[in-house]
Amino acid sequence: MDSMQLVTPAIGLMFWTVVIFILLLVILKKFAWKPILKAVDDRNNSITEALSSAEKAKAEMQQLSANNEKILHEARIERDSIIKEARAIKENTISEAKSKASSEAEKIIKSAKEQINNEKMKAMTELKNEIADISIQMAEKIIKSELKDVKSQKKLIEETLKNQMN
Amino acid sequence: MLSVSLKNIIVFVTIFLVASSPLTASENSQDSTEKETYNPVPAIMHHISDSHEWHFWGEGDNSVTIHLPVILWSEDGLIGPFLSSKFHHNDDGHHVVEVNGHKLVRVHGKIYKLNDGQQNATFDDQHHVLNATIPIDFSITKNVASMLFALVLLLIFFGISGSKAKKNKSAPSGLLSFLEPLVLFVRDDIVKPNIGKNYQKYLPYLLTLFFFILMNNLVGLLPGSANVTGNIAITLVLSFITLLVTNISGNKSYWGHIFNPPGVPLALMPIMIPIEIVGIFTKPFALMIRLFANISAGHIIILSLISLIFMAQSGLGDIAAWSLSPVAVMFVLFMDLIEVLVAFLQAYIFTLLTSLFIGLATVDHH
Repeated sequence: MDSMQLVTPAIGLMFWTVVIFILLLVILKKFAWKPILKAVDDRNNSITEALSSAEKAKAEMQQLSANNEKILHEARIERDSIIKEARAIKENTISEAKSKASSEAEKIIKSAKEQINNEKMKAMTELKNEIADISIQMAEKIIKSELKDVKSQKKLIEETLKNQMN
Repeated sequence: MLSVSLKNIIVFVTIFLVASSPLTASENSQDSTEKETYNPVPAIMHHISDSHEWHFWGEGDNSVTIHLPVILWSEDGLIGPFLSSKFHHNDDGHHVVEVNGHKLVRVHGKIYKLNDGQQNATFDDQHHVLNATIPIDFSITKNVASMLFALVLLLIFFGISGSKAKKNKSAPSGLLSFLEPLVLFVRDDIVKPNIGKNYQKYLPYLLTLFFFILMNNLVGLLPGSANVTGNIAITLVLSFITLLVTNISGNKSYWGHIFNPPGVPLALMPIMIPIEIVGIFTKPFALMIRLFANISAGHIIILSLISLIFMAQSGLGDIAAWSLSPVAVMFVLFMDLIEVLVAFLQAYIFTLLTSLFIGLATVDHH
């Protein structure tokens, strides 16, 4: 009999099993499976999202660094051209300044020379006039002293005539 | 699967041997009166079967026992609930308990209601009660109490985990970090591959099924615990739910395969259709037997190994019993570890096969 009892299902036990199993199913469905599976799915989604955004960020970074490289390269070229230009301007300025200075100097020298010449001429003329005046005065004095007597007057005439005759 | 069926065979052989041994034992006791060897079968059967009290140790009124509420349903209405302590551990029908005017006796774990006017139970020569009816027993028996204990444990564990999962959006921690991989294992390795795209609908049921079986298997391994998943009533209910879910969700092609098997000649239809119809029931029936037999067998083996000590004591003396006990304990320890594995394995197999049956019933054939 005992062995038959082992394989004879008891109705009361079946009833309680159904009650307990359904109770467990209803409660666990609401308070365990839903939140746990939702948390897992949310985490999965956030991980996938994080991975894809990281991938995106990486690509962006790559593009950014490529851009940077480009910008740097352009900047280098620009710098070179600016330096070149500056150098040209500098050289230009220097040479211009040089030529301007030399022409100015020439001009100054020329005008100075002219002035010197003018002053010289003026001085010469003044000197000539002075000399002429002095020589006339001297001649006057000489003549006056020479021709104070008749004898010397006579001698002069004779000499002059003599010179003229020759 | 091969090992499972092999184990089933072993289990059946064991049950057969255990079941048939009372006869041989009683014959022996008639033959040899000079020495009574210890018969482990009553103790094992007592443990394997359900009872109205949770007995831990000791005998009779001195035992450590939790008395559980008895609830009966007869044609006169509900009797009880009252505590099983009223029976005073009597199980041979000689102690009559009176509740609400109903006279009750208990024989071999079964409660009988004496017919009106009867004062004592009368028995035939095979100890069957003659003057009583059997009311339907809705008692909170040892197995129900054990199931309720497992229910409370599951609710505590998953209640904590669920609320943790709700609050915490980052990586799982604590209890959740232990239970979450199990939940995901059931979802990703059992349910999803077998059911396919509609798995979400069945997931709560299958998760509950897995953890219900697992927890009851594990609680059943605790010392002094009940044999819950090794009870045919419980495995019957679980497999009946599988039967219902499978057939309710069965689609056109599922029923088509049963009532109009494709590629079968018309002449064979009268044979094939009954076979297919029987097949509807054999699948959950196998589930029922597998879980029942595996868990019961585990309990029987462990108890038999422990009983070896007492058999040696009664048959060979104290010295033999003491020298045998380390060996028996080592074997019991080994079996206990195997049973932990079996607890997981049987929960896995039951859930896997249920998923597979649902998957087969819902798959789209083109």
